[in-house]
Amino acid sequence: MHLTDHSATDLLALLNSGQVKAVEVCQAYLARIERRDRAVKAFLQVNAAAALARAEQIDRRRREKQPLGPLAGLPVALKDVLCTEGELTTCGSRMLESFRPPYDATVVARLKAADAVLIGKTNMDEFAMGGSNENSAFFPTHNPWDLDRVPGGSSGGSAACVAARMAPLAVGSDTGGSIRCPAGLCGISGMKPTYGRVSRYGLVAFASSLDQIGPFGQTAEDCALLLEVLAGHDPKDSTSIDRPVPKYSQTIRQPLQGLRLGLVREHFGDGLDGDVESSVREAVRVYQSLGATVREVSLPHSNYAVATYYIIAPCEASSNLARYDGVHYGYRSGISPLPLGEGQGVRATRIWTVAANHPHPNPLPKGEETDRADNALVQMYRRSRAEGFGAEVKRRIMLGTYALSAGYYEAYYQKALKVRRLIRQDFDRAFEEVDLIVGPVTPTPAFKLGERIDDPLAMYLFDLYTVGANLTGIPGMSIPCGFSAAGLPIGLHLQAPPFEEERLLRGAYMFQQATDWHTKKPELEEEN
Amino acid sequence: MAISRNEVEKVALLARLSLSPDELHAMTRQLGDILGYVDQLSQLDTEHVEPMAHALDVTNCFREDRAQPSLDRELALANAPRRDEECYLVPAVLGEL
Repeated sequence: MHLTDHSATDLLALLNSGQVKAVEVCQAYLARIERRDRAVKAFLQVNAAAALARAEQIDRRRREKQPLGPLAGLPVALKDVLCTEGELTTCGSRMLESFRPPYDATVVARLKAADAVLIGKTNMDEFAMGGSNENSAFFPTHNPWDLDRVPGGSSGGSAACVAARMAPLAVGSDTGGSIRCPAGLCGISGMKPTYGRVSRYGLVAFASSLDQIGPFGQTAEDCALLLEVLAGHDPKDSTSIDRPVPKYSQTIRQPLQGLRLGLVREHFGDGLDGDVESSVREAVRVYQSLGATVREVSLPHSNYAVATYYIIAPCEASSNLARYDGVHYGYRSGISPLPLGEGQGVRATRIWTVAANHPHPNPLPKGEETDRADNALVQMYRRSRAEGFGAEVKRRIMLGTYALSAGYYEAYYQKALKVRRLIRQDFDRAFEEVDLIVGPVTPTPAFKLGERIDDPLAMYLFDLYTVGANLTGIPGMSIPCGFSAAGLPIGLHLQAPPFEEERLLRGAYMFQQATDWHTKKPELEEEN
Repeated sequence: MAISRNEVEKVALLARLSLSPDELHAMTRQLGDILGYVDQLSQLDTEHVEPMAHALDVTNCFREDRAQPSLDRELALANAPRRDEECYLVPAVLGEL
């Protein structure tokens, strides 16, 4: 068995028992990245030298019998939405192409303290807006199971790198399904924890009331291992919750006795792919064989979840992204970075130059109102943002600005906040009857690159099953539960009441003890 | 619900974006599609429903009002596109250029 085929949990046992060195593990993954990432393009940056130095230091400390953190020597990939001190943090955007944050995100600091080996930053939809990774300003990531297909998004790079065994663990963020959808499409395990479970300090903000950081791994056990490090109160994030973090990795093996599962009636309607439906129903039979009881539950407002989400998320985004003004950090029109040499996922240091008389590609529209407000400073803002943001980000900023503007606020934003409460009440009622809600994580398996790029609404509807957990704050998880006829992975979505990550993980672990879907890996050409 | 090209131009100014004629055309159509879709919320009676801005009941968090070390000026300016020794530089907004 190749080192990179081990689950993170097994790898950690090998490291802790001294059977392998952190440097060997790191080298094995770097070699894998070198061979595979040309095709998959999961990474925006690979910090090979820094990762090896870190691994060597961990090996030395182990030799010297110094205390080590809970992830000592395990490589972890980070979605490029997480601030890493002094290291490029692009958020998949031209706007932040040269941005080097002055501090670490809390989760990055926690991973460093846990002695994880941070191996690189992964590709994503620009500012985490998208479900396919095609909105990355740099290049799309490919699904390791079929390179013509999307890995899902927005944490597509993190999901694809774990699926292609280029990292045992990865961190993502989930605002409307951005961890769970790519986990499902790439055939791995991924979790969005309860809102407030993990600190968002240093997570580049998209929609602050919905964003949550979470783990990716081959197995539920691996997710437990990583979540245990990520989770916990942080005084720097006033929405992070101050309650103890259970020892997920220790309780996960306890099966859930008398488990009551709920199948959402509204989730099995039109638009659900036949292969996905039969895999999900088969997964439910597996649970029944393990002693679970199943009943149908109703989330009467679930058909309104996507509409609610696509008002609230763009409103918050339009406000959050107002900070990109070309002044404090990020791209400014007329001052351009030098073009980069072609690298294989490893990018060189950027040097800023001042381009004299930089011509503007899109002249501003003329009009009375425009003329009055458009002084030199505003024109600089507008040009910087027009050139720095991609199409989807602009679309959401426009949508949010419109929905929050005078005369529309009540009809859109206020209305959506009210429906959000109705959706939450649906979930609260359902959880009075069941312990976990199970269903499909996406309506179809991975679609082809380019297939939906010109149809934003079709792309938004792909989030149908996942946005509810973000609107309501509850935890959700995707685990592999089968393959389509075309050989594409299918994900099972599990949802639990707030702060029941432990229940979610134990439920996922039960399933993975009874099935072997999570052990399947894509055969990439370099292996043949 | 349709949105006019003129409205889209106004929103672009509010959002501090500038759109090329092609972008303006596509944006007008796409925003119209999306607004048409989200308009289904108007079917729901929400008169007696309290808006829910946050997933969890969060209250204000206070800390002691004590000065703590803050970001060093050099670090704060390090990512600025234009700067001098101590300030961010912006285009002149007062007087003639």
